[in-house]
Amino acid sequence: MKQDNPNEILSDVTVNEYKYGFVTDIETDIIPKGLSEEIIRHISQKKGEPEWLLDFRLKAYAYWKTLEMPHWAHLTIPEIDYQAISYYAAPKTKAAPKSLEEVDPELRKTFDKLGISLEEQMKLSGVAVDAVMDSVSVRTTFREKLAELGVIFCSFSEAVKDYPDLVKRYLGSVVSYRDNFFAALNSAVFSDGSFVYIPKGVRCPMELSTYFRINAANTGQFERTLIVADDDSYVSYLEGCTAPMRDENQLHAAIVEIVVHDRAEVKYSTVQNWYPGDKEGKGGIYNFVTKRGMCKGDHSKLSWTQVETGSAITWKYPSCVLAGDHSVGEFYSVAVTNNYQQADTGTKMIHIGKNTRSTIVSKGISAGRSQNSYRGLVKVLPGAENARNFTQCDSLLLSSDCGAHTFPYMDIQNDTAIVEHEATTSKINEDQIFYCNQRGIPTEDAVGLIVNGYAKEVMNKLPMEFAVEAQKLLQISLEGSVG
Amino acid sequence: MLKITDLHASINGKEILKGIDLVVKPGEVHAIMGPNGSGKSTLSAVLTGNPAYEVTRGSVEFYGKDLLALSPEDRSHEGLFLSFQYPVEIPGVSMVNFMRTAVNEQRKYRGLEPLSATDFLKLMREKRAIVELDNKLASRSVNEGFSGGEKKRNEIFQMAMLEPRLSILDETDSGLDIDALRIVAGGVNKLKSEKNATIVITHYQRLLDYIAPDFVHVLYKGRIVKSGGPELALELEERGYDWIKKELGEI
Repeated sequence: MKQDNPNEILSDVTVNEYKYGFVTDIETDIIPKGLSEEIIRHISQKKGEPEWLLDFRLKAYAYWKTLEMPHWAHLTIPEIDYQAISYYAAPKTKAAPKSLEEVDPELRKTFDKLGISLEEQMKLSGVAVDAVMDSVSVRTTFREKLAELGVIFCSFSEAVKDYPDLVKRYLGSVVSYRDNFFAALNSAVFSDGSFVYIPKGVRCPMELSTYFRINAANTGQFERTLIVADDDSYVSYLEGCTAPMRDENQLHAAIVEIVVHDRAEVKYSTVQNWYPGDKEGKGGIYNFVTKRGMCKGDHSKLSWTQVETGSAITWKYPSCVLAGDHSVGEFYSVAVTNNYQQADTGTKMIHIGKNTRSTIVSKGISAGRSQNSYRGLVKVLPGAENARNFTQCDSLLLSSDCGAHTFPYMDIQNDTAIVEHEATTSKINEDQIFYCNQRGIPTEDAVGLIVNGYAKEVMNKLPMEFAVEAQKLLQISLEGSVG
Repeated sequence: MLKITDLHASINGKEILKGIDLVVKPGEVHAIMGPNGSGKSTLSAVLTGNPAYEVTRGSVEFYGKDLLALSPEDRSHEGLFLSFQYPVEIPGVSMVNFMRTAVNEQRKYRGLEPLSATDFLKLMREKRAIVELDNKLASRSVNEGFSGGEKKRNEIFQMAMLEPRLSILDETDSGLDIDALRIVAGGVNKLKSEKNATIVITHYQRLLDYIAPDFVHVLYKGRIVKSGGPELALELEERGYDWIKKELGEI
């Protein structure tokens, strides 16, 4: 009988080649490998930056030199030679393109292959796309329409030129360069990223979206995103990523900083499917990201939603500092690991203000020989009267060789706090698969259905346009994996 | 349509089916009865390809095809349906999504285009009525939070959607109150035709009052030890299984 060994079939289903592996042939402007004060000055000069920003970079670099790479995560990270990385690569273009027609056709082909043609994005979904390719923003759409409302959505470099006061005021205010090893590194060498400012009382009428994409070989990508939502404003931001196939590992150490003022709300959604390495665990992206938002104002709200299916190693804890009274933090996560992928991800909810609330829903899905860890901190400071946290942390195992781990930390310093933690670990149910099979649904699709059902609570939090894409992604990344 | 010859099967090395022979023709209803542990559910699991069981000997022909060589999903596509004794819950997967995937997989196998969303919903509405399944249930997650009766109705609803050539009802009457039983049996009868056949696995005559069998078989210790017409079921109801054991020289 064909189904004698369900494990075999299930593992057939998960082995799937990376769909987005191709390299765009564009002339790239790369500076020499290595990291030094000279290189940092060089980057800063190339970007025509003001003195204060160079100072910021140099301070960060000086601090970074005193640090060692952290090893506390449940990850096996190969030694990284930081002098073997090129810290700046930009596609060579003459001037910033003003319309799509001016965008390099090769670049646009790349986006087309990804199924995110800018035209379509512009026409159909009403999404403004700030496409970042190897560190320099290629094209920002809908800028003018947003400008009418006073919304600023541009590349970080442009923001430095056009809105230096805003950048200066908020840069490093949530994630200081002293925060951690990778934050210090990013602060020293960050190349570009996105900047968003939503003025008082404005509800941003469209999803703001950035597609990051690492393209040149051997270039680390160091993005920096800064989002500021002023009083009574609202914005929903989506970050999606794909990277082409490469043999060497590539380092990605981004920073996302979010500031939420009084009664403002920010939704930040991530769909991440960077190259996870091949079936043997060769290659793939190292994704070491620092994401943090500050609910500065009273009644402010920050919601992180992430669907993580890519990267060889993920080290990522989108966090909320709930400083304002009655502020709300949310974290919804689906993390899928397959083959030899490793993920150590979770969140931190820091309750400082009174009557602050936080919700954490984490769904880990492990297949193949992967390792998937949830690591979360709920901290309630002495002044945080009536803080409330609910954490739900589920793990689904699809093979017998994978690992799921949970590391919840709680530090409660106020007696009025109510903190709940629920956790489950389960193996995919063979009866469920057989039930689907009996109705004519092949195992591969059955696994897709079951896993999507399992992750539904989180998927429902994604903006509509991206939920479908994320569902497909879940299924693709698990093809050939169950056992 | 179905020809089972000398079928032996085991689970974890323990032989449960010890040589089953059975022929089912279109338009027929066969009842398989027998005491607990006689192998009734194993037979349905083996026919539908449950990977937990191993076929050690024998053959099963379904419309001229070697059924045992087909994957469980292809057996389904060929028109074999099992109404599960214990329908499985699949949290987070809506019935609509589940059934649409199932129906379109079947259509793909048969070289047909997938149904449009409108046509599919229309089909669902039609078939739902057969077992009086309300719209709320149809939009909920597969079997999640369904009562025993709702689960069984949902099985027959799926049967209606997939229009099988051979349906196996595995103790579909267990856990049903009399009203639910009537609805479920009524659904089965509405779906009956000259072209399809049904195997009803049950302990009790009760279900057979509603779904009239043409043949009744007694399964005991992995073999069909007695076959007859509907009167055999009535006799079993009246006298239990001991007289059969006596006939076999066991008592």
